[in-house]
Amino acid sequence: MRDTPKPFWSPLAAGTVLGLALLLTFIVTGHGLGASGFVTRFAAQANDWVAPQATAENAYFGPFMKAGAPLLSWITWEVIGVLIGAWLGAKGAGRISVKVERGPRVSSGSRLGYALVGGALVGFGARLARGCTSGVGLSGGATLAVAGFVFLIGFFAAGFAVSFMMRRLWQ
Amino acid sequence: MTIPFYDGGVAAGLLSGVLFGYALEAAGFGSPRKLTGQFTLRDFSVFKVMFTAVLVCAIGLYVLRTMGWMGPNAVFIPTLFFWAILGGGVLIGAGFAMGGYCPGTSVVGVASGRIDAVVFAIGMVIGTSAFAWVYEPLMGFYMAGKGPNAQTLPQLFGLPEWVILAVLVVFAAVGFRLGSMMERARGGPFTAEEVCAPDDEADEFAMRSGDTSTARG
Repeated sequence: MRDTPKPFWSPLAAGTVLGLALLLTFIVTGHGLGASGFVTRFAAQANDWVAPQATAENAYFGPFMKAGAPLLSWITWEVIGVLIGAWLGAKGAGRISVKVERGPRVSSGSRLGYALVGGALVGFGARLARGCTSGVGLSGGATLAVAGFVFLIGFFAAGFAVSFMMRRLWQ
Repeated sequence: MTIPFYDGGVAAGLLSGVLFGYALEAAGFGSPRKLTGQFTLRDFSVFKVMFTAVLVCAIGLYVLRTMGWMGPNAVFIPTLFFWAILGGGVLIGAGFAMGGYCPGTSVVGVASGRIDAVVFAIGMVIGTSAFAWVYEPLMGFYMAGKGPNAQTLPQLFGLPEWVILAVLVVFAAVGFRLGSMMERARGGPFTAEEVCAPDDEADEFAMRSGDTSTARG
């Protein structure tokens, strides 16, 4: 028997700390937090490893490669920070859980299949929206940008609709 | 007007990231069951944490500007491209409901041991690459419905910023109340004990709460 994990923070407490971290980021850097920007740079680099010529000529990845070393960017350090911060928090609270987390009615295999497809939709969607839940939803929302709220409306509407259609995935 | 500092260095990135990751993990956002509980109405943490954070930061930025410590266009404000941003939001909402994460929370999932988060991240790299390869034919859609540069809600509605902030605070408060009622009705929200158990215990949970034989296929 291992120790029971410490409870999560209340949403109000976690949201307040997250909001202050976001405010500090705006004060220090002039922009908000993000995540998918790193995925874009990583994908550009990965495509360059596989097909350098085609990636350099690609209209979307080309400019990243032309600028050189796409991973040497603020967003890379930020995502490494997220890994460190989340690991420290989970470790300190006994919340590290090495497992395939899934709903009670779904096998590990199909859970991983849905994770791959869901991830692909999110990756594509983040490029279309010019950012993700962190970059456009959270950071854009905090600047009261119309773009941030249009994003959030689409995000919540589709989340509810798909979740309703695929109820057995998580329930 | 001495802020922001426009510091894009390694230390600034690591500092922001550590705080971001620590807060997300403390909220329980390394767990895809807790995250997707938002859309089954069992756990309103996504709404609650996100709206609290948006409002705390938005009010902070408002105070900094009102005190004259920050210029009116000092921070980055995204510009609306209606169809692409709405469509991207829809795809991320759909992918989140299916895959269990968004980009930021998948990093938290990886850091706290979730193998499904690693697979989700591989999916994101594939989806991002797919976008790059169809970027040119999609260009029309990508640029459609452009709004004014860096437009904000106070500009859109022609209202003072404090009025918009007050409306959003009321909206969040109502959402908190309704959310808590729905959570209670569905046996939520998810606790750390429920979602941070190792895999063998998760299987026990699965046995007790449903017939696993219907899960195959």
